[in-house]
Amino acid sequence: MPVTFQKIQDLVRMAQDRECAIWQIVMEAEEKERGIPKEELLQEMGRRWQVMLASIVPPVDQPSMGGLVGGDAAKIAGIIDRAVFGPVPTRVIARALAAAENNAAMGRIVAAPTAGSCGILPAVLSVVAEETGADATEAAHALLTAAGVGMVIASNATISGAEGGCQAECGSAAAMAAAAAAELMTGDPVIVAHAAALALKNLLGLVCDPVAGLVEVPCVKRNAFAAVHAFTAAQMAFAGIRSVIPPDEVIWAMHSIGKAMHQDLKETGRGGLAATPTGKKLATKIQSASDKS
Amino acid sequence: MQVVYSVYDIIGPIMVGPSSSHTAGAARIGKMALNILGKSPVAATILLHGSFAAAYKGHGTDRALVAGILGMDPDDLRIKNALEIAAKQGIMVQIAEADLGDAHPNQAKIILQAEDGERVEVLGASTGGGKIVLLEIDGFPLHLSGEYPAMVCVYSDQPGMVAKVSCVLAKYKINIAFMRVVRRTGDRIALMVVETDQPIPSEAALKVQSFAGFYKVKICPATNKI
Repeated sequence: MPVTFQKIQDLVRMAQDRECAIWQIVMEAEEKERGIPKEELLQEMGRRWQVMLASIVPPVDQPSMGGLVGGDAAKIAGIIDRAVFGPVPTRVIARALAAAENNAAMGRIVAAPTAGSCGILPAVLSVVAEETGADATEAAHALLTAAGVGMVIASNATISGAEGGCQAECGSAAAMAAAAAAELMTGDPVIVAHAAALALKNLLGLVCDPVAGLVEVPCVKRNAFAAVHAFTAAQMAFAGIRSVIPPDEVIWAMHSIGKAMHQDLKETGRGGLAATPTGKKLATKIQSASDKS
Repeated sequence: MQVVYSVYDIIGPIMVGPSSSHTAGAARIGKMALNILGKSPVAATILLHGSFAAAYKGHGTDRALVAGILGMDPDDLRIKNALEIAAKQGIMVQIAEADLGDAHPNQAKIILQAEDGERVEVLGASTGGGKIVLLEIDGFPLHLSGEYPAMVCVYSDQPGMVAKVSCVLAKYKINIAFMRVVRRTGDRIALMVVETDQPIPSEAALKVQSFAGFYKVKICPATNKI
């Protein structure tokens, strides 16, 4: 019986054949392929979950490395109760911003799959866990489901902004977050797979053009957008909405778009927002400040 | 080289931001350099190449490299203050930009000096996602990822040396996962890097060090378990 999965369709088929959840397929694969015992894997996921929960608390008085971001998580958190958007998605925004701000201030986060996209999965999963009454063990399972999706994307495409643009980092994180949310909402492998596909599909073409080359603008706020986006995808999939293009082909599309993407838009700081007059001004200001230090 | 991803590569590393390649990876390179020296340094010279050189202040790469040299892990909240901590401990740190060749876009050469005069020169690269690879130790080319515990030996290039090491490891019931021997040109000195499935006890290293012809034996614990 094959244990390895290479594609999303493998994860779904194996889960369906064994009438289990995707996270169980991932757990078995890690045990057979890398000799990681199930208990250890769950414990490690639990540990990462705890760090994620700590990371979604807004940093206080922690300036970001470049000074371009900070304080926005607190702003959104302050209006949750009167947000027209509603408390659930607004909490997602606040938490995603908080983790991304912590990252930019050299605080402790969990890369998922990267540091620049570290706010997306924790924000979505923590709110969905609260809303569905899931406990820490179920959250750890959902993290494994997310990991499975991320592993497929990493090995068939890329999770690096320098290689594939932001669709590879925030797009992948959103796919992972949507899968994790769907895991908690239903656990149905087909719904999980389509949640991931819908999330990634609708961030295709997203470029990596960070101002001054830092992980601050537009990265921090983008975590919030990608998190709410992932929630949208999970909710649609839960309702029975399917991605017309199958999940593995969406991943292929992301990879091919990344390869076609101009180098100026792949974490080089030469194009897009980084190349705007304000972007360039900020870059010069930060560079001369750091030359003096 | 086909990269195989594990759950820990995707949900992880646990780290201090902002960048897994420029911060977490840098901290790991620093710590591997410390492990190769095997004792606390009194001086560190760091040469940065490529994107590391261009982006290091904004990504805290300098702080992370020094933090690793001080023994910190990539998730240590003190990384932010590593430069001040090093200064307080009286460690001389010099950081400069250099061209280290085209092997990788993010490279750092770390030269560490201990109080007793022992010196190591390590070239490391940050390959993404917090992963690293050591490309050179004291002029010996190699490819050490830090995923596995490793024993690094500098020894006299003659028959029987590899056998001595593998016997010692076998005695301690340690399984060899990967092994590489490489020669440096010009002298009859070689480097052996043995990556193992189990952690290597210091007694094993001392035993190998006691054999004639072994000049340096260092243990590098795995640096990926975070």
